[in-house]
Formats: sequence, C-alpha cells, structure tokens
Amino acid sequence: MMAKMRFVRRVSSLPEFGLLLLVIFVLLEGSLLPLGAASSTSKSCEEAKQGHTEVHNFTKKAFPVLGVDYGHIKNPFEISLWVLLACLMKLGFHLIPRLSSIVPESCLLIVVGLLVGGLIKLAREEVPPVLDSKFFFLYLLPPIILDAGYFLPIRPFMENLGTILMFAVIGTLWNAFFIGGLLYGICQISNSDLTAIGILPCLLFGSIISAVDPVAVLAVFEEIHINELLHILVFGESLLNDAVTVVLYHLFEEFSVDGSVTVLDGILGVISFLVVALGGVLFGAMYGFLAALTSRFTSHTRVIEPLFAFLYSYMAYLSAEVFHLSGIMALIACGAVMRPYIEANISHKSHTTIKYFLKMLSSVSETLIFIFLGVATVDGRHSWNWIFVTMSVVLCLVARVIGVVGLTFIINKFRIVKLTTKDQFIIAYGGLRGAIAFSLGFLLKEDHFHMRDMFLTAIITVIFFTVFVQGMTIKPLVELLAVKKKQEAKRSINEEIHTQFLDHLLTGIEDICGHYGHHHWKDKLNRFNKKYVKKFLIVSERSKEPQLIAFYHKMEMKQAIQLVESGGGSKLPSAVPSTVSMQNIQPKNPPATTKPAERVLPQLSKGREEEIRKILRSNLQRTRQRLHSYNRHTLVADPYEDGFSDLILKKQRMMAIDKKVHNPR
Amino acid sequence: MGSRASTLLREEEIEEIKKETGFSHSQITRLYSRFTSLDKGENGTLSREDFQRIPELAINPLGDRIINAFFPEGEDQVNFRGFMRTLAHFRPIEDNEKNKNPTASEPLNSRSNKLLFAFRLYDLDRDDKISRDELLQVLRMMVGVNISDEQLGSIADRTIQEADTNGDSCISFQEFIKVLEKVDVEQKMSIRFLH
Repeated sequence: MMAKMRFVRRVSSLPEFGLLLLVIFVLLEGSLLPLGAASSTSKSCEEAKQGHTEVHNFTKKAFPVLGVDYGHIKNPFEISLWVLLACLMKLGFHLIPRLSSIVPESCLLIVVGLLVGGLIKLAREEVPPVLDSKFFFLYLLPPIILDAGYFLPIRPFMENLGTILMFAVIGTLWNAFFIGGLLYGICQISNSDLTAIGILPCLLFGSIISAVDPVAVLAVFEEIHINELLHILVFGESLLNDAVTVVLYHLFEEFSVDGSVTVLDGILGVISFLVVALGGVLFGAMYGFLAALTSRFTSHTRVIEPLFAFLYSYMAYLSAEVFHLSGIMALIACGAVMRPYIEANISHKSHTTIKYFLKMLSSVSETLIFIFLGVATVDGRHSWNWIFVTMSVVLCLVARVIGVVGLTFIINKFRIVKLTTKDQFIIAYGGLRGAIAFSLGFLLKEDHFHMRDMFLTAIITVIFFTVFVQGMTIKPLVELLAVKKKQEAKRSINEEIHTQFLDHLLTGIEDICGHYGHHHWKDKLNRFNKKYVKKFLIVSERSKEPQLIAFYHKMEMKQAIQLVESGGGSKLPSAVPSTVSMQNIQPKNPPATTKPAERVLPQLSKGREEEIRKILRSNLQRTRQRLHSYNRHTLVADPYEDGFSDLILKKQRMMAIDKKVHNPR
Repeated sequence: MGSRASTLLREEEIEEIKKETGFSHSQITRLYSRFTSLDKGENGTLSREDFQRIPELAINPLGDRIINAFFPEGEDQVNFRGFMRTLAHFRPIEDNEKNKNPTASEPLNSRSNKLLFAFRLYDLDRDDKISRDELLQVLRMMVGVNISDEQLGSIADRTIQEADTNGDSCISFQEFIKVLEKVDVEQKMSIRFLH
C-alpha cells in the first residue's frame, strides 16, 4: 500500500520533472550554441577564404556534409529561445498550484529573469541588450495595450470617465511634482554629492516614476478578481496617464538640457498635453474607422480578416508615435472604436481568431517584459545611494496615498456612487509601477544625465517594491478587507433587456427635467450611431439589427455550438408537440461565392432558427453566458471542463428515455 | 418668470415636499421653474399633452409609459406635488440617509422603490406580475418593427424562463429584484440633480 502511494506520487511529479529537464535543456542550448557559434563563424570565414583560393588552386577538398553556421540565424534563434523560455516558465508556474496562488506571476517571472540574467552573466559576461527601449516600446508594449483596448468594457469606462481622468491627469501631475520637488529638497539637505542634482532632473525623475503602469496593474489585478468598478478605475488610470507621462517626460528632458523653465513653457506644456492626448485618440479613432470600413468588404476573403484588425491598430500606434503623440491612447481608441463594427461584420471564426491571437500575443509580451526586467536588473550598472533610493520608494507611496485621498474627496462630490475608504485604499495600493518607467529611464542619455545610473537603480527598486510587496500582499488584503469581488458576469438576457429599459427610462426622465445629462448625450450618440455610422460601416443586412437581437443571437449561437459539440440534441424526447411543420424548414441557399467551409453564419434562416430554438428550449439546463473575462487564462467557460460530466449523464438519461419511448411497456 | 415662480410656491409647501421627497431647497425651486415652463395652460397642473410636447420624449420608445407613470390612477392632471413625488424616485441615494430612523417609512429613492417604479412600468395592469404579453409589449417598443413576432416571442419566453423561479411563467416583483441584483440600480436609476 505504502509502496503504491509512493509510486503514484513519483509518477505525478514526473511531468513536472520532465518540464524541468526541458527548461534546463533549452537554457543549455541557448548558452552553448552561441559559444559554439563564436568559434564556428571564424571557421566558416576561413572556409570561405579557402574556397576562393581553392578556385584558383583547384585543390579538391571533401564536400562538407555537416557544417555549423550559427551567425546566419543568430537573431531569430535568440528571440525564439527567449519566447520559448517565457512560455515554458508560464507552464511551469501553473504546475505548482500552491505557488501561483501565493505569489503573483509577475513576481515569479522577475525572479526567473534574475536567475537567467545571472546565468548569462556567468556564462558570457555580455547580456544581449534585451530591454532595449526601442524593442520594448515598438514590439512588446503594443500587443498588451491593444488587448486591453479591444476588450475594454466600454460602459463602465465611460460611466467613470470623469473619475478616471481626474486620477490619471491630476493624480499623475501631483505625484510627479510632489516626488520631484521633495526629492530635490532632500538632495539639497543631504550633504553628499546629491546636491549636484538640479531641480529639473529631479522633476524628470518624478515624472518617470509617477505613472501607474498598465502592464503591472493588469498582471496583478487579473489574479485578484476585484470588482469591476475598482478594476476599471485603476486600469483606466494606468492607460490614460500615458499622455501626461509623455508630455512631462519630454518637457523636463528638453529643459534639463537647457536648464530653465519659463511660464511660457508651462503653458506650452499644457497645450502640448491636450494635443498629445486628443491627437492620440483622434489617430486611433481614424484608424479604427478605417478598419471597420475595411471589414465591411471582407466577406469574400474571410481568412485575412483578423489581420486587418491587428495591422490598423499597430499602424495607429506607430503613426501616433511619429508625432510624439500618445501611442497608448491611439491603440485604446482604435481598439474600442473598431470593435463593435468589426464584430458585426466578420465571421465567427475570425472573431475567435482575433480574440485568441490578441490574448496570446499579450500574454507572451507580458511574460517577456517581466523576464527582461529581471535580466536588465542583473545586467545594469547600478549606483546605489541609500538616501535617494529609499526616499523615492517612501515618497512614491506617500504621494500616491495623499493623491488618492485628496482626489477622492473632490470626486465624491460629483459621483452618484461614492468611493468608500476601502475603495480608496485599493486604488492607492494598486498603483503599481512597471516596465514603462524603467524603459523611460533607460532612454535617458548618459551625457546629459550623469546620475542616470542612480535613477535607474531607484526606478528598479521602486518597481521591485511595488510589484513584489504590493503585488503579493494585495490579494490577502482584498480578502481581509472583504472588498467586493468580481461577480462571475453571467450577463443574462434579463439584465440586457432591463438595462436597456432603464436607459430609455432615465433618458425620458432627464428630458422631462430638462436636464441634459449623461443619458441624454449617450442617447444622442446612440441615435447618431444607428442612423448614420452603422449603415456606413456594417455590412448592409446586419446594420439594422437592434442590439438586443444581436445579443440574443450570439447567446443562442454559443449555446447551440456547445450543445452540438457535447453530442446531445439529435434525438429529443418530444414532450412538447412540435408546432413547426417540417415544410417551414428551408435550407438557406448559400451564395455561390461563399466558401462552403465556412460553417457558422451569424445570420440564419427562419426555419433553422426555429430548430435551434426548439432544441434549446427543451434542453436548457444551465444558461452558459458570455463571460466578460478579464482573466487572461480563461476566455470562454470551457464546456469540457465544467459540466461535462452532467452533460454525459444527461445524454445517458436521454438515451434511456428514448429507449422507453420506443419500447412502450 | 423666475420671480413669479418663487411667489407661487409657498415656503410651507417647499418644506413639505422636502420632507416627503428629500430634495433640497434649490432643487425644488429649479424643478418648479421647469414645471411651470412645461405648464402651458398655467393652471398649476400638467396634462398628458404638456408632456408630449417635449420633443425628445416623442422619440423615446418608452415615452408614453413614462408619461403615464406620472399620473396617478385614473387621473388626467398632475400637480407639482405629484410631479416631485415621481421624480423623487430618481434621486441618488446618499449614505447619510441609511442611518435615519428605521421606523420611518422607506424613502422614495430607496433601491426597492426604484425597482418598484421600473416594475410598474412593465406591469400595466397592476397585478404584480409581468406576464408574457406585457413583456412582449415592452420588447416590441424597444426593438422596433423589423423583428418578427416569433423571434420576439422566443426572446420573451427565454427571458421569463431565466427569471421565473416559481414556475408561473410570469415575473413577479421578487423575481424581478433577484434578476437585477447584480445590476447597480443605485447608479443606473439616479440622475445627478444639481446640488
């Protein structure tokens, strides 16, 4: 008995053991091959030279059957290796369940990065410039932001937009000036070489460190499943403060070189902020419309549909960056604008592709970012200064708390649902800093900022502190304070109907009061959207479909697919006499140009719909709703995970009933 | 216009309305001026035509029902008290009100009263149940003319099926409350009146 148990335990650890072996193998491969390459490149050079001389001397050499040429594929190989490592790490964490519930993934990834960086340093003494700011801003950041923007829950975002903007703009400004100013004061007071740091570099440092980072927030908040309001407040803030950060950063960077700031510069800064923010949004919206318009014509080439979504968004980001506008806001605007129209136009499969691709890219990006953060920590030149670094950490926290409390006091005067103290605590505590701050610090030019190393050290310390300490403790704190958790959003058709009903009701009441409020403008926008925009951007048959019906169809479609996939439904005990005669069911004539491989068309003929509805009505057990999931690990409630067993049971029961029906006794 | 409004509304009346609905002094005067501007007949009450004259209400799918909600059972005129009493349902819930005297009657803008107001808009025949037909009527108003009766019928069936817990194929008020428990009614059914 004991031997059996021991055997079972060893067997269960076998996959983990295998994974560990795999990771070690990959690491070895990654470090040995370049070493081999160093010698092989020289060899191939010689060979080439020899080859030339050969031609002249005609001395015959044996044809090389097997050769090594690493330099040829060096770059793609290294990139792939890193990505592979990141993905294997992700796999590994989830095989150890206890660990992943205590420590958030981001922390583990940073630790891995530290280890890998240490290994590389031991092996080669030269770490590839992985967290190159260009690489980060151009390739690693956009997928995450696009994912966030595309799946941004528009309604809560818009409802809380005022609050979010207050936190993002005024909160970040407050943080930057408070931290920068006090640090300058402290530097002056201290009698070390810190006094050499001027006010402007301090303010620059403050502006770099003050921005809440969307990557870190996403990584941590996704695991704690907090309620929607707090999630959207902190997350929205982290997205929108990009404009402020961009302006402040450029402002102080420019003026640190010149050495002075005038009032005119301040005013220009404000104007610049408006231009950056609104310009970014405008670019994004423009590209979003283009994407929506393009998707209207893709009915014949369904295969490349997802590509348009990605390309237009990426172009929006790049175009915004050309003009030093806020690329993040452009991405968000593009994703949010194009989503409703694209989803109405593209096929079901393309929709799934976009969703999965976005989630996959953003997941990998996030993993890579944290690993690289760890590597860069090991590699970077550090200049540790107790006073500066510790005071930055302390001031960050203090500034955040004061900022949140102060702003909430003002905001609550204008909100219907006030923010409680618990909410304020979570908002303050969730202000994590991340890789964006590090990259911005990395971008500082050495010759202008001789204290760059110290800045980087301080930035990394703050990031580590927020990600490790705050990231790890926020989950138990949320439990302790009994903060409202995210409700498993089963958005039922009841909620949909009643919410629309309430919208109309409130709009009517606002009109009676003569009060041009929130609902009035939203209603106007919806009307405009329905009348003009939808007709322009959505394929003609679908543009007239009211939102309720579209929602209902989507829900039914999902259920029908799940039902068919689970195998039930073909033989029904007809408890309800069918009133639909078979003559009504006419198969829809597929248009000749549509590929027959395309299975699920959102638009069904009346007869087919009836069939589906009949199936569902008599088979409805538990309504599986669309999950508004903020969790990157599960996208749709996998029918094969939960409920599969009772589906099997049901099928067995149905077959038993069937048998009884056919053999009445 | 403004001065005339304040002389027509006596202080005692303002106090009474304040006690009943919880609105502040400035809100009451502001809404009173709105009331008088709607009251074209200048007789101190509003009729249905006065409401229908509001242009945005005409294009609102629920316009007629909302107007009807202002008028008490069987009457054709609503005075200012009635006007305010209906509007009081949409006042935002404030935290300090929750600590008030528990034996006092529930304020008009409590969560369940808000929901009751919405429920009554569905339930025209006041039998405390939303039947399939009543639901169909509302759906038809919100969805427009392009959708067939059958489709709408199946949506209505589905809706009732989701909400119905006691199997009477109607939605009672309790079931209505339960279905909307995840919806933030306090925020959705409140209008930020000027302070």
